[in-house]
Amino acid sequence: MENIRKTENLVYQKSKILTDNTMHYCPGCSHSVVHKLIAQIIEEMGIQEKTIAVAPVGCAVFAYNYIDIDWQEAAHGRAPALATAIKRLMPDKFVFTYQGDGDLASIGAAETLHACNRGENIVIVFINNGMYGMTGGQMAPTTLVGMKTSTSPYGRDIDLNGYPLKMTDIVAQLPGTAYVTRQSVHKASNIRKCKKAIKKAFEIQKKNVGTSFIEVVSTCSSGWKMSPLEANKWMEKHMMRFYPLGDLKDSERDNPDDYKKYIED
Amino acid sequence: MLLFVPIVLSLFTEQKFKNLKSMSELKLIKGNEVIAYAAIRCGADGYFGYPITPQSEVMETLMAEKPWETTGMVVLQAESEVASINMVYGGAACGKKVMTTSSSPGISLMQEGITYIAGAELPCLIMNCVRGGPGLGTIQPSQSDYFQACKGGGHGDYHLLVLAPASVQEMNDFVGLGFDLAFKYRNPVMILTDGAIGQMMEKVKLNDYKPRWTDQEIRKMSGKWATIGKTSDRERNIITSLELDSEIMEKINQRLIDKYNKMRKEEVRYEEFQCDDAEYLLVAYGTSSRICQKSIQIARKKGIKVGLLRPITLFPFPVKPLEKLANRVKGMLSVEMSAGQMVEDVKLAVNGKVKVEHFGRMGGIIPSPEEVVEALKQKIIGGK
Repeated sequence: MENIRKTENLVYQKSKILTDNTMHYCPGCSHSVVHKLIAQIIEEMGIQEKTIAVAPVGCAVFAYNYIDIDWQEAAHGRAPALATAIKRLMPDKFVFTYQGDGDLASIGAAETLHACNRGENIVIVFINNGMYGMTGGQMAPTTLVGMKTSTSPYGRDIDLNGYPLKMTDIVAQLPGTAYVTRQSVHKASNIRKCKKAIKKAFEIQKKNVGTSFIEVVSTCSSGWKMSPLEANKWMEKHMMRFYPLGDLKDSERDNPDDYKKYIED
Repeated sequence: MLLFVPIVLSLFTEQKFKNLKSMSELKLIKGNEVIAYAAIRCGADGYFGYPITPQSEVMETLMAEKPWETTGMVVLQAESEVASINMVYGGAACGKKVMTTSSSPGISLMQEGITYIAGAELPCLIMNCVRGGPGLGTIQPSQSDYFQACKGGGHGDYHLLVLAPASVQEMNDFVGLGFDLAFKYRNPVMILTDGAIGQMMEKVKLNDYKPRWTDQEIRKMSGKWATIGKTSDRERNIITSLELDSEIMEKINQRLIDKYNKMRKEEVRYEEFQCDDAEYLLVAYGTSSRICQKSIQIARKKGIKVGLLRPITLFPFPVKPLEKLANRVKGMLSVEMSAGQMVEDVKLAVNGKVKVEHFGRMGGIIPSPEEVVEALKQKIIGGK
């Protein structure tokens, strides 16, 4: 063992930006992986002193216990409003929000859409596991039709509950967004892709060309009442059919000049 | 009203607008507009708002003034009052001087953000230009948001520090004072005014320009708590109102209560008019207090010795001055443009020593001075 434990043999280590606090997330939860990726990116870019993050209400409410940067804890759904003010008042900072699907797509839909539509130069990380995890697995706007939750115990029914909401598709259509993508962290290859996407979003923030929005299709093994492995398989088979992975937009916000012609004579 | 055209009577005519640095000036100006000028001049960093009558002039004036080109102040029209108060949260958490303004229905929407701001102990300024309610109510002036402003408003045990201007000059003065108090206590401060003061024009002496705080100043002043970027010499700063451990949460609650008690001790502001020989007392704030001054003239001509206590801070409420006056006067009339809200605090202060009654008009009606005198006669003097 002593021979193996040498600095030159080091192939992996925990990011210095991740704290030593024990995470409260359930085994198999995607949050911990995404936290790790964000911490690695902040470390690699050397922007710990320049990053301000906004935590949501939901399972990631305690994100501030794990990533060693300055944090603000927002009211449910309001993270993009906080981030808007932070970035406008301190334009040289890197600002990101970290939100779940209940937070972002339901109660915070207005704040999300308007921040993206204004083209705020922020990064929004959107964890979509199709339900409210922290409150005990209730139906979210993103819950698939037929998916069982504690408030849709017989499966989501469109007549009763309406259609599942594809926030990312809507956001991609907004002129203020620069980079909109859907990722996952259930396999090593996907984790690498997801990290690349989040890093790209942070790089885009340097250029001030609009909002970056990264959805991470995720599992909630406790809420779904599955083992982590079953949950990953279920996600691949069902969630990803409705929420296919890939970039939805990769450019920069619309050119403001293109919008001036409508009022010019 | 005197004139409808705003006249600029520059005290330093030769300097004009060119030199922003050291220019105080006299202006005939609306209450709402002066909030905007005072914000720019006191070095505010950000304003986040949403249009609502009768206070839309605040944001209109700011947008016309374009302070982002001069002082660097950020002005943003949010998508809702919910968003604007949360933008205030985000800015305040960075140690910046940020504010919002609205009117009653909008302030109701902001209650979520306000209780989070109070819970996270953030400094900010909120102006409520009160209109009549409940619901959509009326756009006419009212004082029916006293309970909401002074007793918390949102959920949980908390208080705002509430300033009640009675003139356009005080609207101006309370912006700077409000920010000072907000940062002194790390607590939201509310300017509780109404549609009458917001809309009326009076002569105002505007303040000199104060520069916005530099990053270094903010670091020195608020670096211990504000989210301005984690440096290696300190732990990360976390702005939150969440604490799941009840033992710790109760301690936080107690710390907040201690803060409010400190305000009660040190920040009570009020004004007395003709109280020295008064046999009866009117208690009124804001617009009502202006009416009551006229009522005192009328009453004294009739030989009724009446004075006025005008609370300037509604929270903390001037309890001790009222206690003292309760030993000298025969009765008190709380005059409010509401169904009777502040009267409860007057009664608590007086604690049964003398008779306390309420007189008020609702629905956006401002009582006439004569009505107040009549009410005083009937409810206090005529009564036992």
